[in-house]
Amino acid sequence: MSAIITVSDVHKAFGSLVVLNGIHVTFEEGKVTTVIGQSGTGKSVLFKTMIGIMKPDHGEIWYRDTSVTRLSDIELIELRRSFGYAFQGAALFDSMTVGENIAFPLREVLGIRDRNEQRRRVSEMLEWIGLPGIEGKFPAELSGGMRKRVGVARSLVTKPDVLLFDEPTTGLDPVLGETINDLVVRVNKELGLTCILITHDIQASFRISDKIAFLHEGRIAEEGPPKEVAESNHPMVKKFIENSFSLLEV
Amino acid sequence: MLYWGGTVRGLVRRPFRYWLIIEQIEHMGVKSVPIIALSSMAIGMIFALQMIALLRPFQAEVITGMAVAVSMARELAPVITTLMLIAKNGSAMSAEIGTMNVTEQIDAMETMSVDPVHYLAVPRIIAAVIVFPVLTLLANVIGVVGSYIIGVYVMNVESAAYLDQMFTGLTPIDVISGLIKAAVMGYIVALICTYMGFKAEGGAQGVGNTSTTAVVTSSVAILIADYVMASLMMGWYF
Repeated sequence: MSAIITVSDVHKAFGSLVVLNGIHVTFEEGKVTTVIGQSGTGKSVLFKTMIGIMKPDHGEIWYRDTSVTRLSDIELIELRRSFGYAFQGAALFDSMTVGENIAFPLREVLGIRDRNEQRRRVSEMLEWIGLPGIEGKFPAELSGGMRKRVGVARSLVTKPDVLLFDEPTTGLDPVLGETINDLVVRVNKELGLTCILITHDIQASFRISDKIAFLHEGRIAEEGPPKEVAESNHPMVKKFIENSFSLLEV
Repeated sequence: MLYWGGTVRGLVRRPFRYWLIIEQIEHMGVKSVPIIALSSMAIGMIFALQMIALLRPFQAEVITGMAVAVSMARELAPVITTLMLIAKNGSAMSAEIGTMNVTEQIDAMETMSVDPVHYLAVPRIIAAVIVFPVLTLLANVIGVVGSYIIGVYVMNVESAAYLDQMFTGLTPIDVISGLIKAAVMGYIVALICTYMGFKAEGGAQGVGNTSTTAVVTSSVAILIADYVMASLMMGWYF
């Protein structure tokens, strides 16, 4: 498998606060890669620089053979069609129904104006995530887990190549969290999408990921298959993983 | 300035989301008719009451109609309408966009390559430029009706003389200048309130603070703009 995204020596600072400090990481096509690390280590900033919402201060990001950092604003619009982004809080438009939320990228990104076609694709998508018939509900009427799944459906409806999950299980109970983790696996296996996750759910990330990258002080401190990372000698990685698993034992 | 530039570009950039403009016109305009009618009626009535009390000792109360109509057309209707719309719609604009901002809905739009300024701010700005003058015109008519009711039926001013003075004193330029002011004020209010929404941060309290700032800033801005426009128009038209 070849790298679909390559992050090379990327630096990003906000004033005196250095968030990314020369990060190198690759994400392989068709695989599930999880970026873990402490809060505030720049995981979300990494995602935003990858899709060109934020410009890095230095370094380069490649999507296949295209340098994301050298693209113009108009070219970035085109590039982002290859990405889906599932937000931590789902980020559904609360003034729109579930159906309108999922139809939004169809109309605005793909330019599909035919209402019947929109309805067909929305109901197909809802069926796929296991929530058929909720088109008319508003986000406020849904549970946290349902909102996250609808958020994933909205990201998938444009058929992207890469789906970015920003802390998909945060705020959910373990059962609902498991449903979302299963959904990540289905997105990867059934639709063949490259999935990149940011998560604090270490146990799940070791189970569902093909590769794990540990972000520490703005750099990747450790990366590789879950087994390799679990055996890492990096003190911070060890501490982070041990704490996560000891919590499980308690 | 960057934000202003973004909204100007958005006015001429495709896609033209006319349905969003219609939605905003309905929200800002149609739903504001009762509050504008009520406030302009009250202003017209109070103004007539005070003017008649002031002019009666000089037996000049018949010019109340003219005084009310001209003041409403040039100043009171655009300013009162704008202040009411700031309270009702300006704060809502800021809070709605602000809430979208702090709940990552704006970020979601950006990840979908939809320009949030083009999608959220531009339709509101266009709608405000259309709605503010229309409601100002309505405020003019209702304010004058209110003053007529007080003048003729309560204070017993002679109806024909009241109307004659009113139509003699009021010119189309008075009405048009008020409508131009209202359109400019609508633009300023929508620009400030949407901008503040995009600047909101820090959860519910942040959104609340931003809405308050938006209301205060746009209220002060329209009063300053009114003075500037009144000075210019005095030189050009009157």
